[in-house]
Order: sequence, then structure tokens, then C-alpha cells
Amino acid sequence: MRVLVAMSGGVDSSVAAALMLRAGHEVVGATMKLWGGPSDSGCCSVADVEDARRVCQQLGIAHHVFNFTSDFERDVVTPYVEAHARARTPNPCIACNAHLKFGRFLQRAPLLGFDAIATGHHARVTKSGTTWQLRRGRDVAKDQSYVLYMLGQAELARVLLPIGELTKEHVRRAASDLDLRTAGKPDSQDVCFISKTGGRASFVADRIPLREGRLVSTSGDDLGAVDALELVTVGQRRGLGLHAVSLPERRYVVDVDLPRRTATVGTLEDLLVERLQIEDLSWSHLPLVPDTAVQVQLSAHGRPLRGQWLGGPEPDSGRIVLEEPTRRVAPGQAVVLYAPGSGDGAAADSGRVGHVPDTGGGLGGEVVLGGGTAA
Amino acid sequence: MEPWLSGSFGNPSGSHGVARAARKAIDEARDKVAAFLGTAPGDVVFTSGGTEAANLAVLGRAGAAAGPVVVSAIEHHAVLHAAQAAERLFGSPVRVVEVGNDGIVDLTALAAALDRTVSIVSVQLVNNEVGTVQPLSEVARLVRRRAPGAVLHTDAVQGPPWLDVSRLAAGADMVSISAHKFGGPQGVGALAFRRPVALEPLIYGGPQERERRAGTHNVAGIVGMAAALEAAGQQRVEACERARRLRDKLRTGLLASIPAAHETAPGQEKLPGHCHLVIDGVESEALLVLLDEYGVAASAGSACASGAMEPSHVLVAMGYPAEEALGALRLTLGHTTSEADVAIALRAVPAAVSRLGGSVMPAMAAAG
Repeated sequence: MRVLVAMSGGVDSSVAAALMLRAGHEVVGATMKLWGGPSDSGCCSVADVEDARRVCQQLGIAHHVFNFTSDFERDVVTPYVEAHARARTPNPCIACNAHLKFGRFLQRAPLLGFDAIATGHHARVTKSGTTWQLRRGRDVAKDQSYVLYMLGQAELARVLLPIGELTKEHVRRAASDLDLRTAGKPDSQDVCFISKTGGRASFVADRIPLREGRLVSTSGDDLGAVDALELVTVGQRRGLGLHAVSLPERRYVVDVDLPRRTATVGTLEDLLVERLQIEDLSWSHLPLVPDTAVQVQLSAHGRPLRGQWLGGPEPDSGRIVLEEPTRRVAPGQAVVLYAPGSGDGAAADSGRVGHVPDTGGGLGGEVVLGGGTAA
Repeated sequence: MEPWLSGSFGNPSGSHGVARAARKAIDEARDKVAAFLGTAPGDVVFTSGGTEAANLAVLGRAGAAAGPVVVSAIEHHAVLHAAQAAERLFGSPVRVVEVGNDGIVDLTALAAALDRTVSIVSVQLVNNEVGTVQPLSEVARLVRRRAPGAVLHTDAVQGPPWLDVSRLAAGADMVSISAHKFGGPQGVGALAFRRPVALEPLIYGGPQERERRAGTHNVAGIVGMAAALEAAGQQRVEACERARRLRDKLRTGLLASIPAAHETAPGQEKLPGHCHLVIDGVESEALLVLLDEYGVAASAGSACASGAMEPSHVLVAMGYPAEEALGALRLTLGHTTSEADVAIALRAVPAAVSRLGGSVMPAMAAAG
């Protein structure tokens, strides 16, 4: 096959390209230039593009740079800022996966004669009968299936995730064995377009007006002012300006009401919920039948929780009831549903060469069913 | 230039025999470059290329004389960025002169930008992207009349081997060239002077180039540039005639086979080897990848530090919306380009456009 590898300049995508070559594919590397603004971190700095190009030189394959900065601005940065203006807490990496890596990049690949794309994500694509499945990566600590929940059958059929079979340690060892210059490169952690120095607050403040709000208790008492209500997140505890002296228990934001300019704070107990409303759902294959047992993951490396999909009036929204209460999810954050699995997780794969025990909360679920955002 | 790469390593600034040989080679090269550009022999400063030459002209002049810097909107970034640096470093205000959709500097706008305070005007001889030849003698006349205190620099990097630079740039005070554009080596160029211009150097540390550019000479590069310039001058008329014929064939063929393609600045005088098109609905970034696969080395706009294609500032200045500017295709023919190469491009470009979803005329594509 002809495979176009999305290369960020990091170790995972470097090894992904090497593995695709080793598998006998005709491989070309490409790096997306996504962000032209000032940022001291991120996945598309000049140094990262250079790393990707140099790795391609080492592997003896061609390397291209695609300038998708205007798409990124339109589909990731603008919605990110607008979400803050609606008191939501967006995940721009998921928007980038949906619109750029598995949108624009995946669409361009066949035009250039490629049969598939590959990326360096820690997740796996498998086939069960005629259905493609997205599964957790072997290295559960590095698993990135959560940020890939939007991949449907059309995308999964043309996406290869070679790194998903390896642990991070294996990836680094493979890079080191191949003498790739990215072998020791640290993992990227932050939102690529937000600089470490200014942070989220200054990025958003440059684009929308941030205004003061009031903190109120669950019983409606005024607890004082809070800066930049647009940046206050449900579940937030620090940086609210509440003094421990006056409030013996820890206080969390349990709700943000922009029209009323208030953030309600309460105890941990006030933050707990048993039901989640999800919207903008996308399903890996078919929509789930209501009253199906699922596992739910509420953050990139969060513990999967047992729950029940209740369905909803529209196919792209619905509710989940959890077996145990959990902290409320900030609106805009991703909620990803997994098949519950066989119970002990490792059983289905035991005995496989290179097998890494699945420690995903001991629940065993690893097949992504779909996901959406918390309403 | 070969002897200077394989054994003769004398520093031309030294005083021994080997150094004297190198010095002689540099001096002879300086004479040849000066003759080609129509300047006095001592008034050529060798540089590391066209970019440094343009920087020395713009930034060097701004560093030595206060006053606004006037540039056209379609200058190469070597000039535009140097002008911005002049503003940052020396506080020289930058006045950017608009161009028409014909890719030609707007002389009315230029006149409006000129006054007695202007220190330097920089207008290119030929636009490097769309290939339009600029009316430099009219520019020079306007500068003399309205901004007598200003010096006129022209970025003539696209000029040789195609144009008679000494005639066309006769009104300019400073002329920049770059060797690799006319068959010489990369990394060497020159800034030539028609009259003395006080400049603040960019590089300090030695008396070379009359203290306008310090550093040991790139002897092999300079000798190579002079030889290439001499050869280009001798073959200019035939080379132009040949390139123009092939370019016209290429342009006519591509316009006929790709309905969404149109020529930028049609009807304007352009470099003979230059074919610049905009193809509606086709992203040139993807087009270039496919053309590379077919063995056609084309370009679109300019690349940023990461190597990503940027919408061309030249097309944007000519009034193209950014999304149309992303469909630019520049094909240039050199003295080695053959009929067979043109035939390949006439098949490859429509084939690539078709793969990207653009419509093509099958009969025409096959005929190419």
C-alpha cells in the first residue's frame, strides 16, 4: 500500500513511519503546519517540522509540509475561543483530530494517491467481521483512544495506527535502535497553540472580552467576585479567591451561568452526579441501543466508569446513568463510551506475542463505541 | 571556478604569491560583473547572494541616512523584511506602494509615496513570482524628480540571464544580483553601485569590499559567478528566443487543457522562461506533490520557515483573494529545459489537476 504518515516531529510518529516501511509499504511523511502564531510549545514549531524532515531523510522517504493554518484557525482555534465565550471547556486536540488529522489530512491523502494514512497515536484499529473497531492502545498509560472517538467506519477503514501495538518504552527503544534523532524527545503535553508563558488566560483574553463574575453558594449567598468568569471551569477548585478560613470544606465550581454572571460553588458532594447528558455524539459504527451497559471515560487519562446508555430523543444526543456518582464533567469536555469488555481485560488477548496486560481500571473495556461532549 | 575548489586556497587579502593569485581572480571577476551591470569596477560588493545584497542596500542605506523607506508591495521578502527591519532598528518609516492586478507597480501610488525626506526606494526589475518586468526607467525618473535625496535600489535577481540589466537598470543607483539564477553557484551574489552610496555595513571585521562587507572572499563562488554571467551575456538573445518559444507552447497548452487555469497578468511583458498560472479550485500545495511525483519541479508561492506554502503576498497584492492565491502554479524554464521537458509538463499538469478533482480537456491533455 501507499501510506502517508502524519509526522509531528515526535518519537511516536517517527517510529510509526519506520514501522510502515518495515511492513513493506510505500511510505511518504507529511507534517501539518497548523499554527503560525507565537507559541513556545506545540506540535508544529519550526524545530518539530525539521525533526520530522530529518527523520524522513534518515528513513530515506519523501517529506512534505501541508499548510493547514487557515483550516486550523477556522475549525479549532475559533471554536475554542467561542466555546469559552459560552462558558464551556473545549478540548481543542479533539477538534484538531476531527477536522485536521482525520479531516483535511485524511481527505488529501487519496487525492495524492495514498491508500491509507498512519499516525503515531497510541490506539489500535482492528476488524471484526466487516466492522472496523477502534481499541485502546496496548500501553494503557499512554492510551489515546479517548481523543480518537470521532473516527467512524469510513475513517477507520483508511487509518493505520502502528504504534498502538507497542508500549512507549518499546517505541523509544525502536527509535533508539534505528538511531532516530527523536528517540529521546519528550512527549508533548500542552495545547499546541497556547504558549507556556501566557497560558490559556492570555490567549483567550486577546480574542474575547473576559469579565468579572460573582461566586455564589448553592443556597444563593454571594461569596465575592471572581476574575474572568469565561475561564472558570466546572470542577475547578483553585484560583477562585475563596479563603480556607471562611470555608472549612473544599469548594468546587459546580455550575457557571454566564447570562447571570455567576459561578456556583459547592462541596465535593454538590459536584457529584450520576447522570450525564451527551451531545454531538458520533458513533464508531451503529448507534447504541438504549439501556446498554457501557464504560464511560470522562478525561484523557481518567478511570473508566461503569454505566448504562439510556439513549435520547435524537441520534446524536442522549444520557448515561453511572453505577457510582462521579464529579460533574465540564460542558464541552469529551465523554467517550467503550464496550464493557469481558471483565478481566486480558483474557481475550492472553498468550499474544508482545502482549501488555490491560490495566484499564480492571474493567477490560477497550473497544470505542462512540463519544460526544458533555452538555 | 574549479581551481579555487581543489588546491588554490590563498586568502585574497594576504600578501604572498598564492594570495596574490586569488586577489587577481577576484579583481578580474569584479571587472566582469561591473561590465555586465554597467557600473565602475570598484563599485561591486560581493555578497553571499541576492538576499544579502538587497539587505545591504536597504538596511545599509537606512542605517546611514534617516528618512522613509519606499518599497513596492510585490518586492521579494529580502527587500520587504529588510525594510521592516529598518523600521525596527533605525525608526525609518516604511511606505509600501501598491501594485495593479497587472502585477506592475502603480506609478501614481509611487509618486504619492515620494518626497524629499525619502532615503531609499527599492523596486525590483522583475517580479520573482509572476515574472512581470517593472517599468524601472519611469520609476527612476519619478525618484529623481520627487525624491532627489533618495537612492534607488533595484533587486535584479531575476534579470540575468534573460534581460539586458545594464540597460534596463540604468536609472538605479544600486543593483542586486544572485549567481544561482544564471547558472552560477549558490551562495554568492553582488550589489553593484552606479554612484557612491554611503552604507552602514551588515558585517564588520575587515577591510574587504572597501569596508562595506567584511570577511574572507568566497573566491571559487565569485569566479564562478563572473564566468556564468559572462556566458549568460553571450548567449542571452538565443536563450531568450528559445525559452520564450517553449514557454509559449507550455502556457498555451496548459490554458487549453485546463479550463480552470488562467494566466496571471496576461499581456504584460514577462521573463521569457516564466509561466505563472492560477488554477481555480485546485490547491497548489497538493498539485506540487503530484507534479514532483511526475518529475516536474514546480513552485507556487513562497515557503515559510517550516517549509509550508504560504498564500503568495504578490498575488494578494495584485488583488487575488487568499483562497485563489493558494491555486498558484509557477513553472520556470531554464537554458537546459528541452522540448521533451515541456511535453512532460503538458501531460503531467493536467493529469495532476484531474487527480485533484479539477476538470481537464482529455483530447488536449493527450495531445500534449
